[in-house]
Amino acid sequence: MSIASQDSAIRMSRATRTFIYLFLLLFALFYLLPFFIMLVNSVKPLSEITGGQMIALPEVWTIQPWLDAWSTAQIGVEPTGLRPYFWNSIRMVVPAVVICTIIGALNGYILTKWRFRGDTLVFGLMLFSCFIPFQIVLIPMARILGILDIAGTTAGLVLVHVVYGIGFSTLYFRNYYAAFPTELVRAAQIDGAGFFQIFWRILIPSSGPITVVCVIWLFTNIWNDFLFGASFASGGGAPMTVALNNLVNSSTGVREYNVHFAGAIMAAGPTLLVYIVAGRYFVRGLMAGSVKG
Amino acid sequence: MAANAPTDLRTRMQVWLPKLVLAPSFAMVLIFVYGFILFTLYLSFTGSRMLPSYDWVGLQNYQNLFRIREWDTAITNLAIFASLYIIICTLIGLFLAIFLDQKIRGEGVLRPIFLYPMALSFIVTGTAWKWFLDPGIGIEATMHLWGWESFEFDWIKDREMAIYTVVIAAVWQTSGFVMAMFLAGLRGIDTEILKAAQMDGASNWNLYRRVIIPQLRPAFLSAFVILSHLAIKSYDLVIALTGGGPGNATAVPATFMYSYTFTRNQMGIGASSAVIMLMTIAAIMVPYLYAELREKK
Amino acid sequence: MTFTRKLPLSAAAVALSATAVAAQEVEVLHWWTSGGEAAALNVLKGDLEGQGIGWMDMPVAGGGGSDAMTVLRARVTAGDPPTAVQMLGFSIQDWAAEGALANLDDLAAEQNWSDVVPEALQRFSTYDGSWVAAPVNVHSTNWVWANTALMEELGIEQPGTWDEFVAAMQAAQDAGYTALAHGGQAWQDATIFDSMVMGVGGPEFYQAAMVDLDADALGSDQMVEAFQRMETLRGFVDDNFSGRDWNLASAMVANGDALFQIMGDWAKGEFINAGQTAGVEFQCFRVPGTEGTVTFNSDQFAMFNVSDETAMASQMSMASSVMSPEFQVAFNTVKGSVPARTDISDEAFDACGQLGMAQLAEAAENGTLFGSMAHGHANNPSVQNAMYDVITAHFNGEYDAATAAEEMVTAVSIAQ
Repeated sequence: MSIASQDSAIRMSRATRTFIYLFLLLFALFYLLPFFIMLVNSVKPLSEITGGQMIALPEVWTIQPWLDAWSTAQIGVEPTGLRPYFWNSIRMVVPAVVICTIIGALNGYILTKWRFRGDTLVFGLMLFSCFIPFQIVLIPMARILGILDIAGTTAGLVLVHVVYGIGFSTLYFRNYYAAFPTELVRAAQIDGAGFFQIFWRILIPSSGPITVVCVIWLFTNIWNDFLFGASFASGGGAPMTVALNNLVNSSTGVREYNVHFAGAIMAAGPTLLVYIVAGRYFVRGLMAGSVKG
Repeated sequence: MAANAPTDLRTRMQVWLPKLVLAPSFAMVLIFVYGFILFTLYLSFTGSRMLPSYDWVGLQNYQNLFRIREWDTAITNLAIFASLYIIICTLIGLFLAIFLDQKIRGEGVLRPIFLYPMALSFIVTGTAWKWFLDPGIGIEATMHLWGWESFEFDWIKDREMAIYTVVIAAVWQTSGFVMAMFLAGLRGIDTEILKAAQMDGASNWNLYRRVIIPQLRPAFLSAFVILSHLAIKSYDLVIALTGGGPGNATAVPATFMYSYTFTRNQMGIGASSAVIMLMTIAAIMVPYLYAELREKK
Repeated sequence: MTFTRKLPLSAAAVALSATAVAAQEVEVLHWWTSGGEAAALNVLKGDLEGQGIGWMDMPVAGGGGSDAMTVLRARVTAGDPPTAVQMLGFSIQDWAAEGALANLDDLAAEQNWSDVVPEALQRFSTYDGSWVAAPVNVHSTNWVWANTALMEELGIEQPGTWDEFVAAMQAAQDAGYTALAHGGQAWQDATIFDSMVMGVGGPEFYQAAMVDLDADALGSDQMVEAFQRMETLRGFVDDNFSGRDWNLASAMVANGDALFQIMGDWAKGEFINAGQTAGVEFQCFRVPGTEGTVTFNSDQFAMFNVSDETAMASQMSMASSVMSPEFQVAFNTVKGSVPARTDISDEAFDACGQLGMAQLAEAAENGTLFGSMAHGHANNPSVQNAMYDVITAHFNGEYDAATAAEEMVTAVSIAQ
């Protein structure tokens, strides 16, 4: 419940209220401006960009940059656009998010409802894994993937992302389940329910909000990853971030800014969609005890 | 727990099963995180150049590290960037959350607007802001075209000021997320306490200062953790926005480590810089984790 | 010259299980991702496809190859190296020292590579006497690109000495134009610096300072003078130079906003794209003081040790294609560089290309062909980057010339 919605609502003058609206609007502008510029410049022909102002609306509206970015832009030797790499990303992200979330949920369940000696230490150690910079793990991880013979495959990439996402998913679920009444679990145990049954029948059904938080977080981070995608996927199996990088960072030739922006927005499409659709649940999920403390 | 029950197979399994299920995750973390950290630690004592080699050189990498100008720049930049980033994000997030919590019309529209930058990859953010801040084609040029000839905003090309442009872009990206955390915190506050304080005649200002904000302590801590970890790991944003430049003016430890390990074929020095980065992270995280987890028994 | 372009369906299918390869194909790691570069590379791809060899593309743009090199490390460490990798200079030597490269000696002997490839280039294509890479082209970096119309307007002839060069730039600046179009990125600063070192002390000094890394040479008065020349040039660039991409600087010259640009011959492509012709709307000449010498860099395809026999055969075919005269002509006319073989007719090349080829052959004969420090062909990456740091810091005003020379000595010693 919002503080302000109580009978004991915060009283404020009209002046204060106007100020608040202005403040919020100003920041909304701040957040929207760069995206607006990207959007507006992605539907202009190149001549208007190099010749004109970045803020101006297009004189000639064209969706050609979008078509180019999707299917004909130069990514490597072939002008394939971003399309094939888009599906590579999906093929990698979906399994990784699903697996990582399930593992995180199980871990959170265990760490809160099946306590054992040293479990706080275990949790602490796992939590620290959220903070490791990825450049450090590149070379040793490559070695291990090579030994396991999954280097250059989607499976290898999924494994890498699962490993480095476990810390986060465990954190979210563990904090959430910590607030979950243990009596229900005890009652179920007395009724004879087993480990997995309790998980499946009792915890999972109430895990909606936190699952949303976890999925959003993991999806965003894994979708936007560049380093692992470039290093552990083979050329044709590379995710979209690698393709976008190739599109935007070519060292010679005319910079087709409009195509770059169209490509960048396209690359951000799925994550934006997820945030807009599930954003409301995001705050609810955070409220439900996950990151509050 | 069924302590007095007969220790039949089923019960014993129920004791071992949880640990069994947890074990793979824990093992993965041990190997892929701590194992790799130890590997990096070891590398920092070797003379590795392009690929890992195992010849021991003692503390030489660390000694060389502190003679390199770029490392000094990187550490200074991290201090400036991290402190500004964390403080400004927290303030903006807090105020946006407080204001948004005031039964604002259009909250459903405003909240996604504040939140969406987090969905973008750092590469996209960096590229967009790089364009926006470029004096030749971005905001300075636009102001000139609009008639304000004397407007200057070439921070991104200025060796002294470039790091502040990184702050701007980073704050833009994450402050919305911090807002969401504070908003969740605000909405979870026990309203009984509020009512009591108001009945005691507390003004709005005092209400917030003495009652509400202290209740947000967990959110402050979580925000601090997330922001500091993003600050230390900052690589993609810096590279996309300034490439580490002009010159090395916006080098940060993450870019330093990458450049020395992979571009300059001095993996030993890169590993030593990584170890220092990890120690800094540990110095911040370990006390926090200890405090947090100790209470939660 | 047309090649049928078949969709690499086989490559796409294999990409999902990247290891064992039954069909003949090569996996190529490179960073030629822009339109013009890709067109040049497609010449090779089409050639190979004509021989029945599939092309599995692995492009990683960014940082002039630095991201690609990172990815390469990961792949090699994983035991799954790509078949061929675009590589420059000392990196080839470093990888060969790790034993990661394949041996191309049989092919080289068969096709007489040692006779047609300049020795200064062979220094990078071979390791311990064995061929490990096939050079694709030779870019030279001590060129000045000039706008003809502007030169005529200001009444300037092609400058032959440093003083004439400075006078010409002064005239342009006085007339309100940008004298020297430049992009303030470390490698661009270093590209200019190469020419300053060569101009001040000639081939012997360049060899001593940039290649042999002799501390006396690095800290000498000649080095101080080289830095002073950089300061002179600094006075001739426009205010917005910091961080500018090199192709935007070329555009300034092409458009007539600036008089000169000191840049390697990949700049030619920008002028051609603007519809200009060499010798007509734009001109090329050596940086005054460096006539008779050529500082070069060369893109090469380094062949990695692959275990699969079919892959090895494909590798040999690719190396052979790369070195073939037809390919060398087709590729280099598109890319703007000159062939790595000196036995090719210059018929198909434009005025600047022909000049480049002639001067390359001459420099190779006279022993004045040097690898460019700025492009990784004079010393290894750690030293090169250490030099970059000093050069760019000095150019941006952090040191004076004397301090810069001292810093060079220190930086190089730490980097070794």
